Amino acid sequence: MSAAKPDSGVLLERHAIGRDLARRDGRAKVTGTARYAVEAAVERPLFVHPIQATIALGTVAELDTSAADELEGVVVVLTPATAERLASTDDAELAILQTDEVAFRGQIIGAVIARTSEVARDAADLVRVRYAEREHDVEFSADRDDLYKPEKVNAGFEADTVEGDVDAAMGAAAATVDETYTTAMVHNNPLEPHASTALWDDKTLTLWDSTQGVHSARSVLAEVFGLAEEQLRVICPYVGGGFGSKGTPHANVVLAVLCARAVPGEPVRLALTRQQMFALAGYRTPTIQRVQLAADPDSRLLAIAHDVVELTSKIKEYAEQTAVATRGMYAAPNRRTTHRLAALDLPVPSWMRAPGECPGMFAPEVALDELAEKLGIDPIELRIRNEPEVDPESGKPFSSRNLVACLRDGAARFGWGERNAPPGSRREGDWLLGTGVAASIYPTYRMSASTARIRFEGGRYGVQIGAADLGTGTWTTLAQIAADALAVHVDHVNLQIGDTRLPYASVAGGSSGMTTWGSAVVEAASAFRNAFGDEPADGDEAQGDVGRASEDYKMSAYGAQFAEARVNIDTGEVRVPRLLGVFACGQIINPRTARSQFIGGMTMGLSMALHESSVVDPRFGHVVTHDLADYHVAANADVGEIEAHWVEEHDPHVNAMGSKGIGEIGIVGTAAAISNAVYDATGVRVRSLPITLDKLLAGLPAQ
Amino acid sequence: MNAEITLHVDGAARSLTVDTRTTLLDALRERLANTSPKKGCDHGQCGACTILLDGRRVLACLALAVAHDGAHITTADGLQHDGVLHAVAQAFIDHDALQCGYCTPGQICSAVGMLDELAAGRPSAATPAGAEPLLDDDEIAERMSGNLCRCGAYMNIVPAVRQAAEATR
Repeated sequence: MSAAKPDSGVLLERHAIGRDLARRDGRAKVTGTARYAVEAAVERPLFVHPIQATIALGTVAELDTSAADELEGVVVVLTPATAERLASTDDAELAILQTDEVAFRGQIIGAVIARTSEVARDAADLVRVRYAEREHDVEFSADRDDLYKPEKVNAGFEADTVEGDVDAAMGAAAATVDETYTTAMVHNNPLEPHASTALWDDKTLTLWDSTQGVHSARSVLAEVFGLAEEQLRVICPYVGGGFGSKGTPHANVVLAVLCARAVPGEPVRLALTRQQMFALAGYRTPTIQRVQLAADPDSRLLAIAHDVVELTSKIKEYAEQTAVATRGMYAAPNRRTTHRLAALDLPVPSWMRAPGECPGMFAPEVALDELAEKLGIDPIELRIRNEPEVDPESGKPFSSRNLVACLRDGAARFGWGERNAPPGSRREGDWLLGTGVAASIYPTYRMSASTARIRFEGGRYGVQIGAADLGTGTWTTLAQIAADALAVHVDHVNLQIGDTRLPYASVAGGSSGMTTWGSAVVEAASAFRNAFGDEPADGDEAQGDVGRASEDYKMSAYGAQFAEARVNIDTGEVRVPRLLGVFACGQIINPRTARSQFIGGMTMGLSMALHESSVVDPRFGHVVTHDLADYHVAANADVGEIEAHWVEEHDPHVNAMGSKGIGEIGIVGTAAAISNAVYDATGVRVRSLPITLDKLLAGLPAQ
Repeated sequence: MNAEITLHVDGAARSLTVDTRTTLLDALRERLANTSPKKGCDHGQCGACTILLDGRRVLACLALAVAHDGAHITTADGLQHDGVLHAVAQAFIDHDALQCGYCTPGQICSAVGMLDELAAGRPSAATPAGAEPLLDDDEIAERMSGNLCRCGAYMNIVPAVRQAAEATR
């Protein structure tokens, strides 16, 4: 691959970009004929059922498979004794069936391959396991004496930053806030469970996997199994939701490949059960966040400090970058952010929609609301007064930053100006009413590698790149970008994605897909037009690589979220009849799919604010709420009205489309806006998510 | 133990052998390669496997295939006629009432079944006591709450269902 070039800085002329087009994959999805990973068309597949550890720490002393082996229809029972040795065990999460050690409850300690799914499950139940158990440690707390500072946090950021003297500023301020906020352990729970179909033919592996990145999945598996990348083909045209949990292969994918290699020539299917996903598919760490704010009499921030405690697994470190957003959000001369980890005998935490920003904007955005009240200033005005002129951390100019425009536009649309009663004083019947606001931010990331190929055939432009569509709209929006880059009608573009036989594409993560893949498509189109002009012949082909992002600017998307809350005065039940978000995300490629991304993120944010909590039982080390009955994700009737809008934003620095990623920003700030609205309704400040009625009842006004 | 049964799926009679433990969902997906009903939880908690069983919406993961010999099943795929999408399915596309698409066939079957229930005057938790249920957003949201959508398309699902209902009334 040639060294990446910088962008030209010229924006594409827009024809297809910005158009409200229906999803190209809509028909296949509404009929259910779009095939997901476990539905790949293969002949006579075998079925895999994992066997999971039922202790949280120790060793497997005995694993008796005799009853399972004898069951009719069982093909192979894989155990640490019979599974192949992996070429690389560097990633302890993926190094399954290599030793007798158990590092967390639910870890894979075996698997059954059988002719039917019923037999596989039955046989897995027949395997008898005796353990030598050791005392486990799964209790998360900020008071532990073994908290440690990670070398880096996720996405390569420094664990700690310090500027000035926060403590001195706190002592000399007109108003301060010093509070601790917590967010719950939450699980991604895409509707499609993590699933694969795998076929090993003695030389090559074909893997239909539900993944956010076919090429990155291939790289990981090639290393784990000691194969050349050419020996692996990963296919994934559709993903039934990922939200980060399919961003990197988890142990289930390794198990699928182990099983396929144990039965050469026979395809195997492995779909995790919903319950298994709570141990094996990643989750968002719970967080304990101390926020300190200090302001002068003019409501200008003198100090911002954000100290975070979160958990990781003892076998593999994942350090969520929870305090990183705080570093660039508002101006203040004295600043500090820190991250400390508790390493526990728990499954490995991982990415979940807006890792870092999502939990990390909850605490400071509630703290700002608290500070605004102490200062006697409107919380929107407080944010506007502390708007930085340049990035507070790096000193770089912003490529564009329209947070203030979002706040003002949102305030007008939402009717914020009518907010003039003191907290806990607006009542309609049995319901207390309140409104709240919070800001959103999400960085505009660009991955360093991606290549697109364009081939003209039969009057149409075939655009090929191994990108992913998780429901994000890639099938439609990448074709829109290609159309404008080629200066042709979008109907003349055939897009192919989701296959490692296509040119390399980066993982769909960090809201980087459109910026990265889109930029590669623009480069490929430019190369194609330079070589063949606007009247190409059949077979003409060119490719291009994503260029280098400018390092002269700080690039982020911003937003403002408004919430209305109603709290029942007798029961403390919280309803959110209205959410309204305004976002500044550069050029919107497709308003229809973009709106779905925003409202989808806000809906997940509402769910995080009110419902979601993975409860770990300290006695056994597992998530008790491990299904969709006990782990409630927002259902249709939980959601009221949700509006998403965006402000016009011209940004020639981000990429040739002028676009910023939008998949994650919608979930950032929602929970804070809701918490602030609940406070306005009740006068009760809930600093711990989810906001359940038990946290409100004691503080509700007397009847 | 195995059993021979016949299912009428999307208009076609299909004879098959099932384990007596096989759910209707697994019979459709794993025996008949019908990918339309999806498996999201296998416990009746998410709604992704919703089908129309003899005209009523049913969670296929909670039904045993052997108990439904001779049943008539319609999946979201079978709702189309001569290549024309069902009004509910078309409305889902028009309103972008889907993202990843995994809950979508179940949502659509559920909506079709639900509109029949509503038309028959069956009340829901959102129906005022003693009143006839109306086709309003609260009724739709309540009656569609057995179908989870993790992508968060509820805001688009409700108007899609309303559009389809109004178009076919």
